[in-house]
Amino acid sequence: METLNYLNNGHGLASWLLTRDHKRIALLYLASITGFFFLGGLFAFMIRLELLTPAGDVMSSDTYNKMFTMHGVVMVFFFLIPSIPAVLGNFLIPIMIGAKDLAFPRINLLSWYIYVLGGIFTLVAALSGGVDTGWTFYTPYSTAAANSHVITAALGIFITGFSSILTGLNFIVTVHRMRAPGLTWFRLPLFVWSMYATSLVMILGTPVIAITVLLVAAERVLHMGIFDPALGGDPILFQHLFWFYSHPAVYIMILPAMGVISEIVQAFSRKNIFGYSFVAFSSLAIAIIGFLVWGHHLFVSGQSVYAGMIFSILSYLVAIPSAIKVFNWTATIYKGSVSLDSPMLYAFGFLGLFTIGGLTGLFLAAMGLDIHVHDTYFVVAHFHYIMVGGAIMGYLGGLHYWWPKISGRLYSEPWAKFAALMVFVGFNLTFFPQFVAGYLGMPRRYHAYPDEFQVLNVASTLGASILSVGYVLPMVYFTWSLFKGAPSPSDPWGAQGLEWEIPSPPPTENFHVTPIVTHGTHQYAPSKEVGIV
Amino acid sequence: MSEGHWSEHYPGPTHQPPVHVDRVHAGGPDVAQHPKLQHHFDDMGQQAEASTLGMWVFLVTEIMFFGGLFMCYLVYRTASPEGFAEASHHLNVFWGAANTIVLIVSSLTMALAVRAAQTSAPPKTQVFWIAATMILGAAFLGVKAIEYWDKFTHHLVPGPNFVWEGKHPAAAEMFYSLYFCMTGLHALHMVIGLVIMTVVGIMAWRRQFDENYYTPVEVSGLYWHFVDIVWIFLFPLLYLIGGHVGA
Repeated sequence: METLNYLNNGHGLASWLLTRDHKRIALLYLASITGFFFLGGLFAFMIRLELLTPAGDVMSSDTYNKMFTMHGVVMVFFFLIPSIPAVLGNFLIPIMIGAKDLAFPRINLLSWYIYVLGGIFTLVAALSGGVDTGWTFYTPYSTAAANSHVITAALGIFITGFSSILTGLNFIVTVHRMRAPGLTWFRLPLFVWSMYATSLVMILGTPVIAITVLLVAAERVLHMGIFDPALGGDPILFQHLFWFYSHPAVYIMILPAMGVISEIVQAFSRKNIFGYSFVAFSSLAIAIIGFLVWGHHLFVSGQSVYAGMIFSILSYLVAIPSAIKVFNWTATIYKGSVSLDSPMLYAFGFLGLFTIGGLTGLFLAAMGLDIHVHDTYFVVAHFHYIMVGGAIMGYLGGLHYWWPKISGRLYSEPWAKFAALMVFVGFNLTFFPQFVAGYLGMPRRYHAYPDEFQVLNVASTLGASILSVGYVLPMVYFTWSLFKGAPSPSDPWGAQGLEWEIPSPPPTENFHVTPIVTHGTHQYAPSKEVGIV
Repeated sequence: MSEGHWSEHYPGPTHQPPVHVDRVHAGGPDVAQHPKLQHHFDDMGQQAEASTLGMWVFLVTEIMFFGGLFMCYLVYRTASPEGFAEASHHLNVFWGAANTIVLIVSSLTMALAVRAAQTSAPPKTQVFWIAATMILGAAFLGVKAIEYWDKFTHHLVPGPNFVWEGKHPAAAEMFYSLYFCMTGLHALHMVIGLVIMTVVGIMAWRRQFDENYYTPVEVSGLYWHFVDIVWIFLFPLLYLIGGHVGA
């Protein structure tokens, strides 16, 4: 007889739509986020299709503008920002800290409904004609000139922001107040540390974009001239307020992936992390310094040169904690007992791609070079190396690592390895040529380009086709595993941590008895004070 | 898998046997069985701590939310201090000061409402202080409505109908844009506060609060005081500026 777990404890639509179980809410998020991911991918496909030839022949420039705007809005606000926190964080944080649920289960469910409502607004904006301002909504174009559905899309972002705020709030309170007896801060899994740092950025940054978007709406509807120079406002102020959130938002996307990589690297090297406290504190350092670098988006916007210099230096600083993480992961793998299972392949992919994305970020933090490559494909390639090569690799790695726990089933490992390879090859073929095209001067956001860039763009489109296969495959074999996969033991990887101590899939209350933790939750090697008994 | 194998799996120095945890409850067995205790908390103390911390974190987000507007204010006032001073003189300091006093008194009644619940005062007393807070909040909104109406009739609402006779029409319009955004957002928070207080008032009337469980009153109180404090900043920044520039 099948034992009672969170998946079979209650059937029917209402048992899912009204659930307060953090694990079921995580799956609600997983389903909706996957939908938005493929919608955003569809827009990306249209962009790559248009750029296959130098002439603008597939769609008009207006349509093209809408395509890259909707691609950015959907991918940033409806996929990347909620992806790891709302799916893996929601599922794992209570289990990793030995709790029965998040501190506020009802608010957790509410945050999903808010996310869906915001998503509906954005879908309505897309279906009723789209938005063409770019995902940045720069004023005065977005308030005075654009004839597209700016208000609807902006409201969608405003609403979804509250979902993000509530998730961050829930995580912070949960980590502070719900840890099992004996689970001190420095015994926490590093995934929890990175989710805590992410939550700090969510609660401090998101309200600022909310008020900014609200002011854009006030300007468009009520003609209050906060940002429009024609009405006495200052468009640079909009850029400052926008990037005060949207640059830290990059860390909302990458910090959770870093947490996932910390877990995977330990599990598949069979070693404790090298320099636990450095990895933990570097998450907090990224969260804090990340709030002080937004001005590097304004190097050519009329910001003073002195402000530019300071933001340039601060942007260099944020590379230090990121580099600490990369070095510590590498040191963890060094002389480890490494097994190349699919999650570890994604982790290796992350390490390489994040390093390239991070180092090209330093190019862009240097004011002199940034002025040369500003608004070119170099920038596009850079942030895709972070957001796709970093954040999505981390997300996929995490899904592969914890899928047996989430579903209670094993997926096909050969197919998973093949998909990881497709993603890695496809990704590099898509975005590496864009570094070259950008450096040679191809500007972003145009639907036509000079003939000399065609080879690079064809390579990019070819890579995107391979990448899309790599993204569809996991959905196929994960779905397959739900029905045909072999049942997973509680710890299929021989990994450590509270989540691997409970059955797969976990029971609704996670732990029948609250665990008592007597040392760090990851003990791949006995620590010195424990000794070998 | 059995759950009782922690110590075998992690050979710690203490070899603590798995304990069927029954944490020490601050208020004795009655509290442990409290009907308001949610399943995922160990005791009422943990639950109350989580709720208050949650509200504090939420208030941090509120500071950042209003912070964006204060930033706009700072930028534009720095750009045109004379224009802002000139525009500010058309606000009615008497009504602003009166509203400030109304809100400070409402914070007192709010604190007394929390105190009443905390000390298991009879429901009548609890509801009295909650109602008093709500009446003061409504009075604030009434005065705000009078002021808004006054601005409307004097063509001080930004937009095509804005009329300004003074030396700095552009700065004055910006001042009133910010005035309406800031006080409007604050008034919206007051309205939400009144809705929350209505719910809390009904709960108090139904005898739900006593010394073992008064978190909703306490948490709503935190919110109420926060909204008051925002006004404490808005009043001088909007009504009292420009004394040194000369009227």
